[in-house]
Amino acid sequence: MASKKTRTIKSRTEDLHELRQFIGAAAREYGFPNDEASKIVLAVDEACTNVIQHAYQGDPDKEIRVSIRTGKGAFEVVIEDKGRSFNPLAITTPDLKQHLRQHRRGGLGVHLMKTLMDEVEYSLTPGKKNVVRLTKYLPQNR
Amino acid sequence: MSDFTIQQREGSDGVSVIDLKGYLDAHTATQLEHTFQSLLNDKRYKIVVNCKDLTYISSAGLGVFMAYIEDVRKNNGDIKLTNMTPKVYNVFDMLGFPVLYEIYKDEAEALATFRLKRNS
Repeated sequence: MASKKTRTIKSRTEDLHELRQFIGAAAREYGFPNDEASKIVLAVDEACTNVIQHAYQGDPDKEIRVSIRTGKGAFEVVIEDKGRSFNPLAITTPDLKQHLRQHRRGGLGVHLMKTLMDEVEYSLTPGKKNVVRLTKYLPQNR
Repeated sequence: MSDFTIQQREGSDGVSVIDLKGYLDAHTATQLEHTFQSLLNDKRYKIVVNCKDLTYISSAGLGVFMAYIEDVRKNNGDIKLTNMTPKVYNVFDMLGFPVLYEIYKDEAEALATFRLKRNS
């Protein structure tokens, strides 16, 4: 990957706003149009919200490290935490309508991440660290 | 910090209208929860949410609508959404909301459907 930028935020929801600005600016700078940059921003928000709520279970003083790596038309966001290992990809939403009817709120963020990004990967090392890798390709590289 | 505000006003025929402005995410979703909870406490079940100035929504925000819709409908009310920007509508659409929630282009249309229901 040609370039890398990193930001570390606290595991608290008030830090999401600044993180979204960081991600949005980097995505637009790399060449994504506004609507595509917005998709990346939302996917990263969903991933970090999951870390805050599930990996760190609401503890506001832990850290989440967010790195952006770009190159060859790929924009990759790597989100690392040292909280409880949790693989949201294990949650399936086979029937979204049924899911909504049952008023189940969990799993919606993961569904969004998978819809918004080209690739979503989890790598979990229980007790050490959890890594989520979100990738989107510039339209001309898809 | 996310910038998010909620204004509440009286629509026609006893409908409560809520105007959302700014960013509705995991941080600000609790504000919307409080607003819905206080409407339910006051037995106000006919609700229109005007999203004209809502610039951003994440699944935490959508979850709030899911949390209250059942109670509201059980009491012959509804939560109807209006005036969404295409960006915000896309998020609702990706999660299948248009099938289960009434979404209107403008507020007057949503208010009219509450009137129709009352007259039917």
